[in-house]
Amino acid sequence: MSTVRRNFGEFQVTGLTHAYGGVPVLEDCSLEVPRGKLTVLVGPSGCGKTTLINILAGYEAPAGGRVLLDGQPVGGPGPDRLVVFQETALFPWMTVEQNVAFGCRVRGMPAGEMRERVQAVLVKVGLSDFQAKYPSQLSGGMQRRAELARAMVNDPKVLMLDEPFRGLDAMTRSIMQEFYVGLFEEVGRTNLFITHDLEEAVFLADRLLIMTYRPGRIKEVIEVDLPRPRTFQVMATQRYNDIRQHALELLFEEASKAFEAGSKAAFDLVDGLARAAGRQ
Amino acid sequence: MSAGGALSIRQVTKVYDPEGVHVVAVDNCSLEVASGEFLVVVGPSGCGKTTLLNVIAGFEELSEGEIRLDEGPLALPGKQVGPGAERIVVFQNGALFPWKTVLENIAYGPVVQRRMAKNEAQRSARELLRQVGLEGIEESYPAELSSGVQRRVEILRALINEPRVVLLDEPFRGLDAVAKSVMHQFLLDMFERTRCTMYFITHDLDEAIFLADRVVVMTTRPARVKLELSIDLPRPRDHRVLGTERFLKLKQAALEAVHEEALKAFQAGERELA
Repeated sequence: MSTVRRNFGEFQVTGLTHAYGGVPVLEDCSLEVPRGKLTVLVGPSGCGKTTLINILAGYEAPAGGRVLLDGQPVGGPGPDRLVVFQETALFPWMTVEQNVAFGCRVRGMPAGEMRERVQAVLVKVGLSDFQAKYPSQLSGGMQRRAELARAMVNDPKVLMLDEPFRGLDAMTRSIMQEFYVGLFEEVGRTNLFITHDLEEAVFLADRLLIMTYRPGRIKEVIEVDLPRPRTFQVMATQRYNDIRQHALELLFEEASKAFEAGSKAAFDLVDGLARAAGRQ
Repeated sequence: MSAGGALSIRQVTKVYDPEGVHVVAVDNCSLEVASGEFLVVVGPSGCGKTTLLNVIAGFEELSEGEIRLDEGPLALPGKQVGPGAERIVVFQNGALFPWKTVLENIAYGPVVQRRMAKNEAQRSARELLRQVGLEGIEESYPAELSSGVQRRVEILRALINEPRVVLLDEPFRGLDAVAKSVMHQFLLDMFERTRCTMYFITHDLDEAIFLADRVVVMTTRPARVKLELSIDLPRPRDHRVLGTERFLKLKQAALEAVHEEALKAFQAGERELA
């Protein structure tokens, strides 16, 4: 793995509180996203993960608490903290190349430098041969890679990904996970990755943050000491399984804590909470 | 409840040929499923797994080969026994009637097929709900239930028909890890109780090995059997089996096979678009 580069960032988040319509979503939520690490945030739908990422990205201002990026308070959105979303946000009327170049163009990057950067990123994600195509002409896996390229071309200090592989079929998803983890290992950028897929979380992470159900806080931080580079074979190892099992037990614990005696099983409540939050 | 049936899939080929575009979805596929066996089928998306399930269910006709259930023919070219109560499909996306209560939903099949009077079917539905600790939701409508409970009702709706084979096509897709593991325990309970033959499709290898007596890995389209793994883990099973050496050995073998096929499918997809 390459050494951590000078310009990658780290987040320090202290005591975040946020609510929607009087319903607390985050409460006293503190965490660190260390430089050059792949931090994965896991929790069921509706636990406040997306809210958290929106606050870190600067799309929403928290009701309380503090977000520091390299010691500086985060204001609005900026190209130093980019989010790759779960739904594709590519512009359908632009080619892949134009989509990837968009951010650089908006920021007024000189044409030569822009071309060079865009081409390098397209090679990296294996889309050089597809740069003249429109998003609708791509497979789901290619669209997600174009999405990644569009963020990477801006060389952000922190890359945040909100369920970026959601909706892909399971096989493409596993290929994309390996591909993504390879990109991360090559560059060593600070990454914050959100998922509700525990297998994916353990496979990718350096650090796994388990969130509580509403209101969201960090319940436990698990250091994932699986060797890198990671390949799919790691998922059949004892260590992987132990970590996954431990994380699953924590998630169970959260479900049962909230579970009130009655005929409904723990996950009904989880579902109910997610639905109440209108985020499923 | 009735015991399971034995399924015999013999050299089945399914070709789609709309306007001369010859697409082979299933290619000379043979598979024996023993009576009371829990078979799990895994393979790349679009590999023809669901096509084969649809042929077994009687939703589609096969092009070549033969399928038998307990030695009675189910499907031959040009001759297909339509869907029936002896082999019921549990779908991945809820197929409950939203305008009917839970009780009415579960009791629906036997009543409409005139195998039970309405009273009898509803009594039977109540009993099923009681057995699985879901009493109290009889008069609820599907929309009032969480997706996890909906899925359990869906399974009870299949089981009330006392099928010989239950066909499940990724029934727990989209559930989170906690919900999934609750569902697995539920399905295993039902399996131990009924000993129906289970034909279960999934992409989730932990799920596959945890549930199955045997896992079959299919090739990328056209579907053929690539690998068969006999899952010799003791029953009844609970989550502790996931960490055992034997489990991990089985998972490793399945992972290798599935990953190889997934890569093939992925690369073929890229070539097609280039």
